[in-house]
Amino acid sequence: MKRTVPLAIAIVAGFVLLVANFIPYAEDWSLTAQEWFNILAVGAMLLGGGNLIKLHLMKISSKKAGWGYSAVTILCFFLVIVVGLLQMGVHPSPNYPDFAWSGYVLEEGSGLWWIYAHMVVPLTSTMFAMLAFYVATAAFRAFRAKNTEATLLLVTAGIVLLGRTYAGVWLFEGWLPESMQWLRFDNLTVWIMEIPNTAGTRAITIGIALGVVATSLRILLGIDRSYLGQD
Amino acid sequence: MGVLTILYVSALTVAQSPEPPTNLVVADTPNDAGKSIDVNWTLSPSDIFAESASDTAIPDPEFIVASYHIERKTVASTDSAIISDENKQWRQVSESAAGEATFTDRTVLLGWSYEYRVNSVDNQGNQSTWAIATGSVAPSMQWFNGSKAWLAIFMFVFCGLVVFFVNAARSGKKLWVREIAGLSAIDEAVGRATEMGRPVLFVLGIQDINEIQTLAGLTVLSRVARTAAEYGAQIEVPTCRSLVMAAARETVEASYLAAGRPDSYQPDRIHYLTDEQFAFVAGVTGYMVREKPAACIYMGGFYAESLILAETGNYIGAIQVAGTAMPSQLPFFVASCDYTLIGEEFFAASAYLSGDPLQIGSLKGQDWGKLVAVLVLIIGIFLATFVSKSGNQDGTFKSSLDFMKDHMLGNAGLYPTIDENLEGDDS
Repeated sequence: MKRTVPLAIAIVAGFVLLVANFIPYAEDWSLTAQEWFNILAVGAMLLGGGNLIKLHLMKISSKKAGWGYSAVTILCFFLVIVVGLLQMGVHPSPNYPDFAWSGYVLEEGSGLWWIYAHMVVPLTSTMFAMLAFYVATAAFRAFRAKNTEATLLLVTAGIVLLGRTYAGVWLFEGWLPESMQWLRFDNLTVWIMEIPNTAGTRAITIGIALGVVATSLRILLGIDRSYLGQD
Repeated sequence: MGVLTILYVSALTVAQSPEPPTNLVVADTPNDAGKSIDVNWTLSPSDIFAESASDTAIPDPEFIVASYHIERKTVASTDSAIISDENKQWRQVSESAAGEATFTDRTVLLGWSYEYRVNSVDNQGNQSTWAIATGSVAPSMQWFNGSKAWLAIFMFVFCGLVVFFVNAARSGKKLWVREIAGLSAIDEAVGRATEMGRPVLFVLGIQDINEIQTLAGLTVLSRVARTAAEYGAQIEVPTCRSLVMAAARETVEASYLAAGRPDSYQPDRIHYLTDEQFAFVAGVTGYMVREKPAACIYMGGFYAESLILAETGNYIGAIQVAGTAMPSQLPFFVASCDYTLIGEEFFAASAYLSGDPLQIGSLKGQDWGKLVAVLVLIIGIFLATFVSKSGNQDGTFKSSLDFMKDHMLGNAGLYPTIDENLEGDDS
C-alpha cells in the first residue's frame, strides 16, 4: 500500500499531463497538476527546514567539530524568519494604510530586502565568481595534449578562444590574401560553433529526448519503480 | 464665421488623423479549447514599422502611430445567456503598441459571437477611422491539437517500439546492451570508498522531484545505495529540495532493506541543505573538503555549479562519476570527472543497472527510435542538399522539404491545407 498509492498517483498524473499536451479541452489539467505540486512543495519546505534545524541542533549538542558554524546557521535561519514574518521595515500598502502587514515584504529598504541585497547576493556572487578559477584549472587539465583527441581539443579551443577576442582579427590583419580570409580565427570560430559544435549538440539532444521519452514510458507503465525504492 | 471655423477645425482633425489599419481579419484560434480569438491587421501606413512607411516621406513624429485600439462587441450568446448592455456596445478590449499587428483575445466565451474593430492612434491622441472586420466570429473548441499531429505520430511509433521490445523481453528473448563504462565504474567507486573507510557522496542535482533528471538520478541512487549497503560503506546524500530529500530517503531505505542491512540505514545522512543554488554548492563542497569522500557521484540536473562540484571532487582525489542531460554542463563533467554518462546513457542507467529484461527491452526500443530519427535526418539532409544545389524552388523535392520542416518537424499540422497549396502555386 505504501508503494502502490504513490505509484498510482505517479501513473495517473503522468497520463493526465500527456493527454493535456494533445487535447485542448484538458489544457488546464496540467496547470491544476502543477498547482498541486506547488502545494506539496510548500508543505515539504517545513520538512526540509525541520530537518535542517534538527541536524544542526544535534551537531551543537554533541559539540562536533565546527559546531559554532551550526549555531550561526540556526541563528541566521530564525533571524530571517522573524524579519520576514514581522515584515520589519515594510511600509503598509497605500491601499490599506491601516494594516502594517499589507506592504510588499521585499520592498526596497525593508529588513528582508536588506538581508537579500547585502548578504545573499554578495555571497552568491562570490561563489559564482569562483567559477572562473575552476574553469581555468579544468581547462588546463582537459587541454593537455596527451593524445590525438586531446590535441584536437586543444587546437580547437585555442582557435575559439582567440576567435572570440580582437586577437582573432588582429593576427591576420594586412597579410592574409582576400581568398584566404576564411582562415581568420574569428571566421573559423563561427564555422566551428555553427557546424561541428551544433551537429554534436543536436546529436546529444536527440539522444536525450529519446531517453526522456523511454524513461517516462517506463515510469508510466510502472516498469521502473526504483524512484519509489522498489526494484 | 462660426460654421466656417467648425468646418476648418473638422477638416484639420481629419487631415491630421493617422491612416487606419487595413485588412482586418478575425478568426477563431486554431487548436485551442475555444477560449480565444485571433485578431490580425495590416499596419497603418502612418506606422513607422509598416513596410509601406519606408516608401514615403518621413512622417511628422507628432503624428505617427503610437498604438492601436482593439474594440469588441458581443452579438450573440449561447442558449439563453444574457448579454449585458455594456457588452452589446463597442468596448475596448486591448491596446497594442505601434508595429504590432496581432492580438489574441483570451476573454471570450465558448460559443458566443463577437465583432471586432481596430483603429490607430497617433502621438497627439488623434484617432483614425475604424477598420471593421466583416461578420462575427465565435470561438470553438477542437478536440485534438492538430498542430501536434506529427508529434503524436512519432510518439506512438516510438512508444510502440518500446512496448514491442518490452513484450519481446517478457517472452524470454535475449537482448544485448553495450557496456556503459561509467555505470560499471560505480561498483568500483563504492568498493574503493569501503576500502578507504570513507563515505560515498551522491548529489541528485539541483532540480525538484517533478523533473525527469531527478527521477533518473534516484534510480541510480537506488543501485548505489544497495551496493553501499552490501559493502558496508556510508552514503551521504545532500539535497537541494525538500521533496527530493523525502524521495531519496525512501529510495535509500528500501535499498538497505533489499540488501538485508536495514540496521545500517542512517536517515540523517540524507539531508536537506538549501534551495539556493550557490549556497547548496558551498555546503556540498564544504562537506567534500572536510570529510573527503572517496567517491563522488553526480546524477541529475545541474547548472553552473557542476564545475565547482566536480573540480572540488578532483581536488580531494575522489573517484568521480557524473551523469546529466544538460548539454551545456557535459563538457565540465567530462573535463573533471573520471566517467561521465552523456545524455541518453544517463537515462539508460536505471535499466542497465537493474538488469531487468523489461527495462532492457525499453532500451532496445529507444535504440530503434534513434534509428527512425537518423532516417528522418538522412532524408532531410538529402532533400535540403538537392534543393540547394539544383536551385529548383518549385519542384517535388522543395515541397517535400517544406513538408518535413513545416509539418513533420513544425507546428503546421498533419498535411498541407488547400490554402497552403494555392499559396505555393502563386509563388
